[in-house]
Amino acid sequence: MDAEAAKLIGAGLAAIGAGMAAIGVGTVFGQFLEGALRNPGAADGQQGRLFIGFAAAELLGLLAFVVAMILIFVA
Amino acid sequence: MHQFEVQTLWDGFNIGGHQIAFTNSALWMCLTVVVLWLFMLGGMKRQVIPGRWQMLVENFTGFIDSMLAQNIGKEGKKYLPYVFSLFMFILFANILGMLPLAIVGVHPFTFTSHFTVTGVLAILSFSIVLIVGFWKHGLHFFSLFVPHGTPWWLIWLIPVIEFVSFMVRPFSLGLRLFVAMTAGHVLLEVLSSFVINSSNAGAIYGIGIGIPSFVLMIAICALELLVAAIQAYVFALLTSLYINDAEHLH
Repeated sequence: MDAEAAKLIGAGLAAIGAGMAAIGVGTVFGQFLEGALRNPGAADGQQGRLFIGFAAAELLGLLAFVVAMILIFVA
Repeated sequence: MHQFEVQTLWDGFNIGGHQIAFTNSALWMCLTVVVLWLFMLGGMKRQVIPGRWQMLVENFTGFIDSMLAQNIGKEGKKYLPYVFSLFMFILFANILGMLPLAIVGVHPFTFTSHFTVTGVLAILSFSIVLIVGFWKHGLHFFSLFVPHGTPWWLIWLIPVIEFVSFMVRPFSLGLRLFVAMTAGHVLLEVLSSFVINSSNAGAIYGIGIGIPSFVLMIAICALELLVAAIQAYVFALLTSLYINDAEHLH
């Protein structure tokens, strides 16, 4: 296989990581909403933790994007 | 990707063989500061009955103030100027970069989509954590790497993991903002190229592909505005969490 083609296939495969991060972010917000609907009074105090979880899950998806960009433009 | 290119506007001068130039990145940083300054100036009138503008500014300050109080406690008050400037600067930079000024021929430059800029902001936050930590606790600051309740047979492993996760913080902090902004702008560029290329290919393609892409693009623009605000919030939130670690050592 051509090295250039392998790079592009690798960059495409890296997009799987973005989808995985979508599952993670969806889980974070979904679980928060589930808990918030059970106890709406406690929900506002936990928004900071919600966004920490969101940031951690999102970072891994963004890393997948970085891998794709490195494969296309740098490697 | 023309929109991410740093262009020299004024050649500047040389220091030790390095060119110190005024670029479009620097121009948009200055512009952000000017817009932010005008925004704050309009709201800092200290009227007893606040107008709409003052209410808006007070909402922003109150938001950051309550975030610091929640995450750091009463010691958080002294970090309010830093975290607030950081939050507002990133927020304004992200939103200014999103403005559709290209209609009038001005191409906005999102300097938060460059790792050099976000990296420096992250290092600023990280060095505040280090300085506060060592200033306040001295060498006792290293107990940050051994959390309470670590079993004795894990004492060789936990500090290593904690140390790595501590040292990775500035990278992850800068990387998150930079990649989120870059990815958003690349996505908009890809969608706009769908609209342009399909319309050029003929009316059927234009209606079939171009118009749905354009509708999607409007929705993604709204999403990007949300991301611009969330990323600024996350940056400020994580900064305050890290400062909390330095203040209270777990």
